[in-house]
Amino acid sequence: MTGIDTRAAEGARSAQGIGQSAPRPDGVLKVTGEFAYSSDLWLDDMVWGATLRSPHPSALIRSIDVGPALAMPGVLAVLTHEDVPGDPFYGLERRHQPVLAVDRVRYQGEPVALVAADHPERARRAAAAIVVDYEVTEAVTDARRAAFDPACPRVHEEGNVLRHQPVRTGSVFEAPVVVSGEYEVGMQDQAFLGPESGLAVPAEDGGVDLYIATQWLHVDRDQIAPCLGLPAEKVRLTLAGVGGAFGAREDLSMQVHACMLALRTGRPVKIVYGREESFFGHVHRHPARMRYEHGATRDGRLVYVKAEILLDGGAYCSSSPAVVGNAASLGVGPYEVGNVAVDAYGVYTNNPPCGAMRGFGAVQACFAYESQMDLLAEACGLSPVEIRRRNAVSQGSHLITGQLIDAPAPLADMLTELESFPLPATTGTGSDLRDLPGGVSQTTRGEGVRRGVGYGVGIKNICFSEGFDDYSTARVRVEATPDGPHALVHTAAAEVGQGLVTVQAQIARTELAELGVEEVTLVPADTSVGSAGSSSASRQSYMTGGAVKTACEAVRERFRELAAGHPGLSPAELVERFGPLEETREYRHRPTRPMDPLTGQGDSHTQLALCVHRAVVDVDVELGLVKVVELAAVQDVGRVLNLLALEGQIHGGSAQGLGLALMEEVQVVDGRVRNPSFTDYLIPTILDMPPMRMSILENADPAAPYGLRGAGEPPTLSSTPAIAAAVRAATGRPLPRVPIRPQDIALP
Amino acid sequence: MEFLRPQTWAEALAAKAELPGAVPIQGGTDVMVEINFDVRRPPALLDLTRVAELARWSAEPDGRLRVGAGVPYARVISELADRLPGLAQAARTVGSPQIRNRGTVGGNLGAASPAGDSHPPLLACGAVIEVESAARGVRAVPAEEFYLGVKRNALEPDELIKAFVTPVAGGPQYFSKVGTRNAMVIAVCSFCVALHPAERRAGTGIGSAAPVPLRALAAEEFLAAELDWAGTAPLAPALLTRFGELVGAAAAPIDDVRGTAAYRRHALSVLARRTLTWAWNDHRKAAERCA
Ligand SMILES: Cc1cc2nc3c(=O)[nH]c(=O)nc-3n(C[C@H](O)[C@H](O)[C@H](O)COP(=O)(O)OP(=O)(O)OC[C@H]3O[C@@H](n4cnc5c(N)ncnc54)[C@H](O)[C@@H]3O)c2cc1C
Repeated sequence: MTGIDTRAAEGARSAQGIGQSAPRPDGVLKVTGEFAYSSDLWLDDMVWGATLRSPHPSALIRSIDVGPALAMPGVLAVLTHEDVPGDPFYGLERRHQPVLAVDRVRYQGEPVALVAADHPERARRAAAAIVVDYEVTEAVTDARRAAFDPACPRVHEEGNVLRHQPVRTGSVFEAPVVVSGEYEVGMQDQAFLGPESGLAVPAEDGGVDLYIATQWLHVDRDQIAPCLGLPAEKVRLTLAGVGGAFGAREDLSMQVHACMLALRTGRPVKIVYGREESFFGHVHRHPARMRYEHGATRDGRLVYVKAEILLDGGAYCSSSPAVVGNAASLGVGPYEVGNVAVDAYGVYTNNPPCGAMRGFGAVQACFAYESQMDLLAEACGLSPVEIRRRNAVSQGSHLITGQLIDAPAPLADMLTELESFPLPATTGTGSDLRDLPGGVSQTTRGEGVRRGVGYGVGIKNICFSEGFDDYSTARVRVEATPDGPHALVHTAAAEVGQGLVTVQAQIARTELAELGVEEVTLVPADTSVGSAGSSSASRQSYMTGGAVKTACEAVRERFRELAAGHPGLSPAELVERFGPLEETREYRHRPTRPMDPLTGQGDSHTQLALCVHRAVVDVDVELGLVKVVELAAVQDVGRVLNLLALEGQIHGGSAQGLGLALMEEVQVVDGRVRNPSFTDYLIPTILDMPPMRMSILENADPAAPYGLRGAGEPPTLSSTPAIAAAVRAATGRPLPRVPIRPQDIALP
Repeated sequence: MEFLRPQTWAEALAAKAELPGAVPIQGGTDVMVEINFDVRRPPALLDLTRVAELARWSAEPDGRLRVGAGVPYARVISELADRLPGLAQAARTVGSPQIRNRGTVGGNLGAASPAGDSHPPLLACGAVIEVESAARGVRAVPAEEFYLGVKRNALEPDELIKAFVTPVAGGPQYFSKVGTRNAMVIAVCSFCVALHPAERRAGTGIGSAAPVPLRALAAEEFLAAELDWAGTAPLAPALLTRFGELVGAAAAPIDDVRGTAAYRRHALSVLARRTLTWAWNDHRKAAERCA
């Protein structure tokens, strides 16, 4: 077992505790292309798995003939639903997603059969040779119809509405100023760079060892084991190098498939999706259609908000219920409003399944409520900043769920600071083409270019909500080495690029300083230690950071007792004589409560985080092309653990929000994905993402470790509406939909 | 799959004659993508990267330039920008630095995608594509006759593209391409205009707005009739508008994942107006300097 040496590549540095911009231990390897991702896993005797997927969004399966595939050279196994050893269904919240389609398919790309062969190309060709007799049935592709038309076919027996969460408070739904709008958010993809991949190795005890890129080892294991008909302890998972996640690895993809093939063939089985398959192999961000009505006094104070938020969950449940919960509870944003009628719906359709993605239900609502705030500002004759400041929550405010915001939430001050940042200079004629809309494609030299400025505000719940038993586990061991006491930190937390490995080591160095620990090694994440929970909901610094801190404190406690008993010994001598000192601890955040099913009331969140953005754009109004000139952000993170990593999160989150505002959309027509490639699913390049101006605040949350506030998701929320608002300001167009397409501006 | 590595042009032609199903590979930036996507499984790849003359360019006795099919975009930009500005601008919009280091105009012609960025400048400049077979020797195919359909060109199965031959720019040239992102994007539509003051006419090329790249012939005729080559006045707005309309009308676009037909037509008119304005202003400045 090789651990991750967390010393900086440029040599050991002391004082790499929390608050320091400790460099990533895997940073150099990643930028030089030497880091081993899950797709690089290799065993000499391994074979390759491939998946046959449904070409239809909705069809009955009359028969499957695996004969032609089995007859092909090099093919070791061909499996269908009949070969699933245990429970044929899995799922994060509802165990109803077939491991392999049973008698029908519900979305284009649904797995139908598996092949193991001695070469990946042979496996693919054999999969293509399987003959499936489909009877195509009517696909339900319109979320509104799925939700509200009783005549609409049902995607599942339970009906098409998988969750309806109302929020009701107050009774005044009249106001002097009323603005309303209908908004739409397209289907965004997480677009991680390392496609789904893993290696399943059959074990002598009849179990399986799976090396896998995932976000949550234990929830994978708890879904995989029943499908394999194995007890949990016989399914052992180790985290392989993860090439990004953003929510897309929260659901299973090829995990059960690789294990089934490994158990059947008795050989290690590797599965690696290509980019196109990846688009079908993971859930996306829910597309949303939203209707909002805001009522306010003439001086711009909110009286009421009515909203209907319709989220298309696609063919299976995934984490849609929790996404609906967020959309509902955060549906009006970080604003004080006494009268609310929000209805959030998650529905089944035969579109691609949707689930977790950075921002998780809060992103869609944020685009709508922020668009509404701008309309309201205009109706009241106020600036976008002023309307937000007048209604901003602060510590002591209540969410629409009745939950008290008991930690600092200085939104009004954040807006004031944001507004005070100087504006970037105007882009003159004769500028570098790269600074103009269209870039080096040379579509303008200044013709048609107008500048716009827009603001966006977002609020995101951190950690799991609605009564979920959310915890993380850490095992910390301090042992003597010739170089002095050395700490081993073992958790199951998934490093998905966010920098958790760096932060865990920083915490251990900080907490174990008095033991003389400078060197910290992270044991690879696996299921031999307790669950760390998911690397999602911006929660790992809080939760696994909290667990590492607590376990370190327990080790330190024992050390102090020893030190008190042996006053003559140095820390190194104490560790040498009495070590190793090892403690394992679980860490839990404050409990949360479910939302009332009828009123949505309840303390459903444990922590809330705010980010505000200002976007400055240049728009070529004739061609509809946009250049984002600058993004500025103010975010309150409670406590900075690693500034470098944190800034990276804010840059990256803002860029992902920019993508949603201007280009990123999985285009689905009649249930079929039309752009499953990076040729046509566009993500921002370095020429699309502008420099950022940032202010990071540290108003501690007393309930959280070190006072920190989860930071990864909030910037993804607010950058999208800020950019959309800036484009509206430049063009005068209403633009109720993101991503904004060139024709929406040029030919409305 | 066989991998053929001819050392000379003659060997390459012989190999292609013997195995017409062999797929030539130059930069590989289209070929490898197609193989990865399993679009085709050719019996053989014919690697042209060792054929030295494909990577050269030179001046013809008549003053035109002959540019080998294997000259990458990066070199078009660094070595030919003064003589072939339209093509160099188009090359600058292709992909990323890595793609521009590998990708070639020859490969763009071989792929014959309607969205290929080389095509509008080749059309606007009046380039001729030189193709050759072992059996029948060299054929010179004018660019506008080279594109036959979506990803179909005028090559016979035993032919290879050797070079393109094009006049050196005799006046300003501008290439413009619309994409939904500011770099590394396939054209939603593109346009090139090349002024040929000596011939008192202008050439045009439209990309990604019809099954094939094409010239806007009516727009070219309109300019030939209306432009006052001797004068140094700015172009009248009405002339620009009409030119834009004619360019838009010449296209036959479709709705697809990259954009709508209506937007493509509209954007082409805008690009046509803008590029002609830039070109004419350069021309006026040059004329004033000469005067
Ligand atoms: C990431 C990426 C971005 C891209 N961006 C752009 C872009 O912005 N604009 C654009 O136009 N294209 C783009 N392309 C496509 C591609 O780079 C271009 O078409 C390029 O010109 C191909 O040149 P190549 O030398 O790599 O061709 P290859 O891939 O080697 O060949 C392309 C085709 O031409 C044939 N061929 C090559 N040489 C000859 C020859 N001498 N005789 C006969 N046939 C031949 C091949 O058989 C093949 O069919 C992009 C590709 C990628 C992967």
